[in-house]
Amino acid sequence: MDILGDPLTEPDDTMIQLLTPTGERVEHSGVSWTADAQAEAELLRGFYRDMALLRRLDVEATALQRHGEIGIWSQVLGQEAANIGAGRAMRRQDYVFPTYRDHGFAWCKGVDPLGLLELFRGVNRGGWDATETNCAYYTIVIGSHALHATGYAMGIQRDGAVGTGDPERDTAVVAAFGDGATAQGDVNEALVFAASYHSPVVFFCQNNQWAISEPTELHLRSPIYRRAAGFGMPGVRVDGNDVLATYAVMTEALNRAREGQGPTLVEAFTYRMGSHTTTDDPTRYRSADELEAWRARDPLARVEAYLRRGGHADQRFFDGIEAEAEELGHRLREGCKAIPTPDPVLMFDDVYAEMPASLAAQRAEFVAYRDSFLTEGSVR
Amino acid sequence: MSSMPEPGTVEQLTLAKALNAGLRRAMEDDPKVVLMGEDIGKLGGVFRITDGLQKDFGADRVLDSPLAESGIVGTAVGLAMRGYRPVVEIQFDGFVYPAYDQIVSQVAKLHARSRGRYPMSMVIRIPFGGGIGAVEHHSESPEAQFAHTPGLKVVACSNPSDGYWMVQQAIAHDDPVIFLEPKRQYHSGRAPVDVRADPPALFSSRVTRAGSDVTVISYGPSVSVCLASADAAAGEGRSLEVIDLRTLSPLDLGPVFESVRRTGRAVVVHEAHRNLGLGAEVAASIAEECFYSLAAPVLRVGGYDTPYPPARIEEHFLPDLDRVLDAVDRVLAH
Ligand SMILES: Cc1ncc(C[n+]2csc(CCOP(=O)(O)OP(=O)(O)O)c2C)c(N)n1
Repeated sequence: MDILGDPLTEPDDTMIQLLTPTGERVEHSGVSWTADAQAEAELLRGFYRDMALLRRLDVEATALQRHGEIGIWSQVLGQEAANIGAGRAMRRQDYVFPTYRDHGFAWCKGVDPLGLLELFRGVNRGGWDATETNCAYYTIVIGSHALHATGYAMGIQRDGAVGTGDPERDTAVVAAFGDGATAQGDVNEALVFAASYHSPVVFFCQNNQWAISEPTELHLRSPIYRRAAGFGMPGVRVDGNDVLATYAVMTEALNRAREGQGPTLVEAFTYRMGSHTTTDDPTRYRSADELEAWRARDPLARVEAYLRRGGHADQRFFDGIEAEAEELGHRLREGCKAIPTPDPVLMFDDVYAEMPASLAAQRAEFVAYRDSFLTEGSVR
Repeated sequence: MSSMPEPGTVEQLTLAKALNAGLRRAMEDDPKVVLMGEDIGKLGGVFRITDGLQKDFGADRVLDSPLAESGIVGTAVGLAMRGYRPVVEIQFDGFVYPAYDQIVSQVAKLHARSRGRYPMSMVIRIPFGGGIGAVEHHSESPEAQFAHTPGLKVVACSNPSDGYWMVQQAIAHDDPVIFLEPKRQYHSGRAPVDVRADPPALFSSRVTRAGSDVTVISYGPSVSVCLASADAAAGEGRSLEVIDLRTLSPLDLGPVFESVRRTGRAVVVHEAHRNLGLGAEVAASIAEECFYSLAAPVLRVGGYDTPYPPARIEEHFLPDLDRVLDAVDRVLAH
């Protein structure tokens, strides 16, 4: 462990880490993870690619916001390992309920990043098909979706899609939320319900140390993972900047869920290196020193160090990813600018499964009013 | 250090600064005033309304709350029972709902349940309304949900001077007040705030612009839209009287009735959904009180009965000058 101290704000030695910040491969008894060196290196090359592309998405989206192409962006910078480690531990049939920051989960679920940009550009509330990707639409009201995840897992139980031993069938759910969200009633209620019904859901709390300007210790006086015991489920803290450890821990927790052994609370100890959103100015409430200290634990740097040191990847590998990132950046810039503004009449559609006559009348009134400008030829 | 205008001066303030100055003065006037909310301390709130207040009054009086609206309002209830005057900031309109149960089942009813033994003076400040290009839940107009609830009072400011005075009056008031602030105006421009002035009573509406052809009734962010509409209408020789309701519960409709008896025509404008919005109550009251003066049905211009739309099409949802003037045309066609 690279740091020891107050268990609330600094990790203690229960925190599971498999890759140190300098890229050294270490063991930890808290997780049963075995893979041969070849397979592990292969995995880590894949994770590195995911994280590098996710970071590029973040950089591009931030720039698109500065240029007015999208309205706002919530940066995942610094949390790439937590997102990707957890996202890659999920199977195709597993379902994730992400926050507005969890672009890496969306990425792993095959959501086109342009679909994310549509949301932040303000043309819809998420430009992907949640039912096809098994990635729920981002929930902005903090904590609400922890209950939805639990209910979804209850549905899986009723469908008999848990504990069958069939890897294609057994299904788990991930509820992702932040440290601040642990204060919400909904999150606590979700933990109660999931424990009560033994539901196949993994609560994945990314403790990124801040909830906008409020530090973790404002919300919690004991480490998040320890709360699990009080709810009656296992709790574990993992180094959220260590993609391998996150993957290992989430694989284990998701397996438990799929096997019918119930919920787990995983605390991924990480850091929001960017602003809360592009409208936030973190210099008002946190120190440059703190940011620097966390920069030394950068989630990408340690994987790169590991891959290079062990000769698991050569310069060609990194150049190839850089080229891919360039391509992604180009596609995002061009694609974002080309996203059309929808016909405003769409606001009336899909409000109900069955549109009431009153709303249909209002819709018609709207269309007639709008068209009156077309026939008049000019706006007043 | 203090950003509050010295007594005896008129200052040009934004709505944000005026609210900040009003809060500051309320805290100076009464040590029982306690501010609570998410990010209101060091950050000064996401809109900076409480900027500098924690520094000057301390963390005991300006509390950064854990991220739980039900928790904030629920603990504010206990503080109020103990004789404090909590002033709660809800970060955005769409995030008041986790506290809805505490507000409608507890805050609103405790005075009655305790036969007045529990003081329940509390202000719940909510930045409301749209037009800021935000994502979901950041642009809503929840006023009718609260105005419908007996036991709550609901007010909305529409300009810096009202912001400065009304927030102080609401804090000093002995009933719980839902205090609505038009967020898109927070930093949109300065206006004079006279800190000597004797402010109008909190629960009073006001004729903001006198006119003779049509009475246009509004509140909060829509007032400025109505004033701009009145300017445009004047160019076409039509005289609009604009009334700022300011208080939504209780309503103060005396000035509205007086006006409609003269004009015979009324249009109510708000961003909230039209269905069962404040406009419905105002229109019904006008029909009851001014039936024989009316030359045309009272019309409502409101947000459509849909969820607030994505940012790129929100302008089509919000009542604007054209939609107000369209309604004016229609009442004048009678
Ligand atoms: C119910 C609710 N209240 C307030 C907000 C405003 N808000 C958005 S993000 C945020 C902080 C969330 O912190 P955390 O849960 O730690 O997640 P992070 O943003 O750090 O990823 C707040 C207060 C909200 N979205 N929903």
